[in-house]
Amino acid sequence: MARMKFLCDADRCIECNACVTACKNENEVPWGINRRRVVTINDGRPGERSISMACMHCTDAPCAAVCPTSCFYTTADAIVLHDKDLCIGCGYCFYACPFGAPQYPRVGNFGGRGKMDKCTYCAGGPQADNSQAEYIQYGANRIAEGKLPLCAEMCSTKALLAGDGDIIASIYRERVQKRGYGSGAWGWRTAYRQDVSV
Amino acid sequence: MRAPLRFVLAAMLMLAAGPVLVVPVLVLPVLAQPVTDAARGNISASEMELQATLRGDIIRGRITIPDSRAANLIQPEGREWREFHNVTLGWIGGIAVLGMLALLVIFYLARGKIRMEGGPSGRTIQRFNWFERANHWMTASTFIILALSGLNITFGRYLLLPLFGPEIFAEATQLGKIAHNYLSFPFALGIVVMFLLWIRDNIPNALDVAWLRAGGGIIGHGHPPADRFNAGQKMIFWITVLGGGLVAASGYLLIFPFFFTGMQGMQLALIVHGILAVLMIAAMLGHIYIGTIGMEGAFDAMGTGQVDYNWARAHHSLWVEKEVVRARSTIDGTAKPAGAD
Ligand code: HEM
Ligand code: SF4
Ligand code: SF4
Repeated sequence: MARMKFLCDADRCIECNACVTACKNENEVPWGINRRRVVTINDGRPGERSISMACMHCTDAPCAAVCPTSCFYTTADAIVLHDKDLCIGCGYCFYACPFGAPQYPRVGNFGGRGKMDKCTYCAGGPQADNSQAEYIQYGANRIAEGKLPLCAEMCSTKALLAGDGDIIASIYRERVQKRGYGSGAWGWRTAYRQDVSV
Repeated sequence: MRAPLRFVLAAMLMLAAGPVLVVPVLVLPVLAQPVTDAARGNISASEMELQATLRGDIIRGRITIPDSRAANLIQPEGREWREFHNVTLGWIGGIAVLGMLALLVIFYLARGKIRMEGGPSGRTIQRFNWFERANHWMTASTFIILALSGLNITFGRYLLLPLFGPEIFAEATQLGKIAHNYLSFPFALGIVVMFLLWIRDNIPNALDVAWLRAGGGIIGHGHPPADRFNAGQKMIFWITVLGGGLVAASGYLLIFPFFFTGMQGMQLALIVHGILAVLMIAAMLGHIYIGTIGMEGAFDAMGTGQVDYNWARAHHSLWVEKEVVRARSTIDGTAKPAGAD
């Protein structure tokens, strides 16, 4: 089985937000929730880079470790998913997550945040694959159809890579080889305790 | 969800990556000589993440959506909070709660119920009025529900989830969370009222030092003198008022997430809340023990509000004297002893 990961080549990302839009549209993500976002660090200064970030589907995922109802599970492709029917909206996963991936439909009056929502790697949820129930709660299940997440597919500069970790890492390494620079695989050290050394 | 698509993926990625893929991967590390483009500024993701981890920092940037928390790109110290929540709090809570229970069992077996010396006299004296008792029980009952629903958040997934299965457990935890959130209001109110009612009699003084030196009379027999509250009760008072106050303050930060503070503040609030909560639970177990099965005559103070004269004299000698003087002075001056005419 593959070990699915995301890798954002920040030296290619032009902050066009196509990935964000693709995600919102494909999964009918409600207003106020962003499963994916583009963050620009060092804006306007040397070292400026834009990085498209969503759930990284961590190894030994922190969100799963702290969830009081243990509602997370990991698929055979190492995609980290959760069961919204078991979520109590406590917000713990958001405190533990290194990437701010978990999102909540409400801001939280008296702790009522609603069910947590996050990037599913376009792999839906625990319901039957591509059922109506799955789509309403979790969005598209492209993985079940043999397709990659739409954000990476739509990336205008092919900065955002999705797929098996070894394969996307080797693609990235070759790019760095060829062009001579690269700021590295953002989040990989934190999510996978690994970095893509060139 | 399953993915019988490795080949599809590989093919798509090859298309994406273009012809560079034909370069053998293994020789690449040897070739590595990144060219520095000074104007772009050479930064390294791996290095920045390492530094942020070491310094407990957040890598933050600029974002074009309203949610400012989304500008946090990477916050590696989430892992430390996880370590606290799953390991540290588990140990502190486990040791505090189970350790206190074990101590109480040992104490009960060794000392048994502490009897009233000379037995009950049959005459009683008013210790707490209805308002004090009502406030005490409002605070106590909400505390118990807050404690149980809180402990369920920390330990339920290990203790109850395997027993009841995910659906029932999640439903119960959801209800517990709602109870925890809403009952926090009567609890916090009770703490404030308690503080106002009893602060006057809970200022530490020299008597408390003597009382503590004498071990409160728990070990051995003679009872050191005490006013309305002895040093042990004063300790419970201050643990309740200060601990309860801080637990409530940190709890309200949590109930209004990110309203008053940012990510690090929220994590800190949960750390403070969790540690103080389990320590308070341990202290209250001791308090409940001594107020019920631990000591004859103690429960009445909060039950009927009337305590036996002998109990009061043993534990609160100075208070009883004052009460007696006060009772005498309120008798109308024209009253005459029976048979004086
Ligand atoms: C007085 C006001 C209080 C408020 C506003 C409050 C609020 C909260 C909130 C919002 C949480 C986060 C979990 C969730 O959203 O359900 C929480 C957790 C918790 N609370 Fe409270 N709480 C209060 C009092 C107490 C008291 C008195 C206790 C114990 C005696 C307690 C014990 C706990 C525990 C053990 C946790 C879980 C901590 C963890 O696992 O990290 N709380 N509380
Ligand atoms: S990125 Fe966050 S939400 Fe996604 S697996 Fe890691 S900890 Fe969980
Ligand atoms: S918000 Fe939901 S998914 Fe996240 S830790 Fe709480 S119960 Fe689990």
